[in-house]
Parts: sequence; C-alpha cells; structure tokens
Amino acid sequence: MVEIRDGKKVLITPISAEDLKDIHIGDIIYLDGSLTTCRDVAHRRVVEEGREIPVDVRNNAILHAGPIIRPLPDDKFEMVSVGPTTSMRMEKFEYEFVKTTGVRVIVGKGGMKENTANACKDFGCIHCVIPAGNAVVAAVCVEEIVRAEWRDLGMPETLWNCRVKEFGPLIVSIDAEGRNYFEEKKIEYNRRKDEQVEKISAQVGFIK
Amino acid sequence: MANEAQVRKMTDMMAKFVGYTGKKLPDDVIVKLEELRDKEDSPLAKVIYDTMFRNQELAVKLDRPSCQDTGVLQFWVKCGTGFPLINELESLLKEAVVQATFATPLRHNSVETFDEYNTGKNVGKGTPTVWWDIVPNWDGCEIYTYMAGGGCTLPGNATVLMPGEGYEGVTKFVLDRMTSYGLNACPPLLVGVGVATSVETAALLSKKALMRPIGSHNENERAAKMEKLLEDGINAIGLGPQGMGGKYSVMGVHIENTARHPSAIGVAVNVGCWSHRRGHIIFDRDLNYTITTHSGCVL
Repeated sequence: MVEIRDGKKVLITPISAEDLKDIHIGDIIYLDGSLTTCRDVAHRRVVEEGREIPVDVRNNAILHAGPIIRPLPDDKFEMVSVGPTTSMRMEKFEYEFVKTTGVRVIVGKGGMKENTANACKDFGCIHCVIPAGNAVVAAVCVEEIVRAEWRDLGMPETLWNCRVKEFGPLIVSIDAEGRNYFEEKKIEYNRRKDEQVEKISAQVGFIK
Repeated sequence: MANEAQVRKMTDMMAKFVGYTGKKLPDDVIVKLEELRDKEDSPLAKVIYDTMFRNQELAVKLDRPSCQDTGVLQFWVKCGTGFPLINELESLLKEAVVQATFATPLRHNSVETFDEYNTGKNVGKGTPTVWWDIVPNWDGCEIYTYMAGGGCTLPGNATVLMPGEGYEGVTKFVLDRMTSYGLNACPPLLVGVGVATSVETAALLSKKALMRPIGSHNENERAAKMEKLLEDGINAIGLGPQGMGGKYSVMGVHIENTARHPSAIGVAVNVGCWSHRRGHIIFDRDLNYTITTHSGCVL
C-alpha cells in the first residue's frame, strides 16, 4: 500500500507491483512494515544452495545490511545500529533471489547493475539506497526485531526480521521499469573523469 | 604489580577511546563535512547531508556507534624505546578491542580466513592490525586508531606502473578507481595515495595518508600540487554525497611517498568514507594522555 503522510510517500507492506508504478528513480520514499536484513551468505544460500529462506519476504522488503544487535532477555534483541552495506556484492545473486523470494523492495548502498535492474522490471521490484553511515537514524526507525533466523551466520549475516516505521529516507536507485540511477549517473561521471585525467596529466609531467 | 596496574589502565583507556571514536567523528572531519554541506545546493544532496548530521547528533545522544560497520580495528603505533609498556602494547591493544566490542558495542568484524568463521570478538589471527614505528630515545607512545569499514575498504587497489606511464598513469589509476568503486564507498571520501617503489610500500603509505589531518599537505611541493590537482579533479567528477551527484566528491586527497626503483612506480589508493573514524592519542611514560583529534574527549 502507498500512503502520503505529512508530505512523505510511505510504502506499507505488503506491497504490490501496482504500488510501485508511480515510483521513479531519484524519488525519496519511506517504508512501514516488514524489513529483513539479508546479505552475502544468505543470498548464496537461497540462490546457490537452493535453500528456502526462513523469513517470508514476499511482498516485503530486504535490507543489505549487517547490524549491531544487543541481546535482551527472553530471546529478544535490540537494534543498536543498522545501515546499508554495498549492494553490488549481491548483484550476481539478485535476479534469482527476487525471482525465488518475491521480494518487492531492496534497500542497500550504492548502485546495482543489469541483473538487479532486469529483476526489478520482470518481477516488479525496486532498489533504493538509504544514505549510508547513518546507522542510528535507521536504527531508531526499527520498532521491534520480530525474528532472527540463520543465526549460525553470526551477528552481521543473521536474517533480522524487523518491524519498521517510516524507515528512510530511501532514494530510489532502480525503479520497476528497470531504470538505473547510478548507471545513468556513471555515464556522466566517466565522461567528466576522462576530461579530468587529460587536464591533470598535462600538469604532472615530472619525469623528463 | 605497578606494571600490571598500568597495563590495566592503558587497556581501559584504549577500549574507551576506540568506543568513543565509533560514536563521534574527529573535529577536522566535522568541520570539512559542514563546509561541503553548505556548498551543495541540489535537494537530494541536501537531504543526504541533513540525514548525516542528524545521525551524528543521535549517535552522541543515544550513545551508539554512528555507523553499524565499526570496521576492523587498525592501530598505527609510534612507540618510544623507553615507553614502559612497550612489551605489553600489542597484547593490550588486542584486549582493548575485545573490551570495546562488548562495551561500545562494536559489530563483530573478524572472520578467520580459510576456516571462515566469525570469532565474535573482533580479534583473530593478525587482527586488530598493529603497525609499528619505533622511536629511539623516547619514553612516550603515540597511537592512531582507525575503524576500517568494509565499504571504504573495497576500493583499495595497488599496482606497479612502468616509468613510461609516469604520474599521468598515477592520475588515471586513481581517478578510474573513483568512478568504478569510489562512488559506492560513501563519498565525500578522503583519498589516500601512496607513490613508492612496489605494491606493499605504496599500499601501506596510501592508508597511512588517511591518518593525516584534513587540509594538511605533502611537504614536497610537486606532491602537494598533485594532491590539489587530484582533489579538484575528483570533485569535478561530481560524485556528491553517497555518489548520487553533487558539486564535491572528496574531503581531500593525501599523497605519501618514498623514493623508487628506476624501473618501477609503485602506486596504491585507499579511501576513507565520510564517516572517517580516525583517532589520535599520545601517552607519556606515566600514561598521561593528549587526544589531538577529538576535543572534549575525556577517558
């Protein structure tokens, strides 16, 4: 579901493909509901090992992240700090991952490539970045850690299933049409880089 | 017994200092980020900078690590030969990291290679990393602490260029890395460049360069000029905060150098993210301390 709240666009889980139709790259949105941390080894388990993901992320959101957790009594946990990790590490798994799990929103850091963009287009999904290094801003949006699965992976890699409230700001980097903010930006960046290499090279001929 | 008490004292102080640096950025980084924030005008860049500053405030208020990736701890030690705890220093730093891991808390970031398990304590074979400089005829000890997060560790790269490639080759090597990996490593970045004689000498210098205060310059005039050229050049690429576009990409470029073999130019690049968690503390022989990076920090 999509709700406009105090001028903020908030996606509320469960999310349908229809909900993502009016969301485009560069938009700023927020998330309410079910968000599960999921990174390197969990992707490998789902895609390469063919294991069933023990938290149902269908129509929900995942976060490429490894948080700092404080254990509480009665098998409960507190989210101390949580922020995104480099999404590109999951790129090789993401098409199959989205296809298998039915996840609708992937939150992470930095861009992803055509594997993910194709998944977003084919299955109705978006990739967003939450400004990284802002682990306390993100942690205070976590209302509760509901479940912890695959704990054998250790603190950073466990699937921490969270209930979140206005988790964000999330900047859309791949939309459900498959447009890719970072890849479009990279063309600009590389053009300017080539200009700068030439400009600097003209001034550093120290070996004569 | 006196020595044992001193070891305990220094361990506790280093554990506290490490924890503190995970919650509050050094003064020079805050000043630079404020300067860059004020110069950006796109709405997206403004939202990102606002989030960054709100986060740093919340981290102090709630007493939590400002970034969840508290890194692998690295220590650059300059230790006088007469420092009373020189023999115990490396083991006490390891103990301080274990202590900080539970007290701060820090994320568990030490995975044993080959056996591939997380030790859960942030220490393992060779971690935390400790680099030694021995200073003859001194009884003090100077320590730089650094939390090397995963995201800003990824762009690290080193190679050996042929002299024919020259400093033009160094330029291309550094700038290529900015658009391929740098934009995902949490810009605005602090960029460290090592120019030396081989991969390992260059690599070590490229990280050491990140310990220098922002705004400092290489003492060689040409190297300082190249720092400025690279800084302006990477800024002109326009990575902006988080690599999402803006007027500035970096907090600075620091070059450290040595002489080289006539046949080779060793070059390496390392980056620090905007959340550049570097600390610097100097102890005298009685463990009186001076912290140069974080004003107001009391251990």
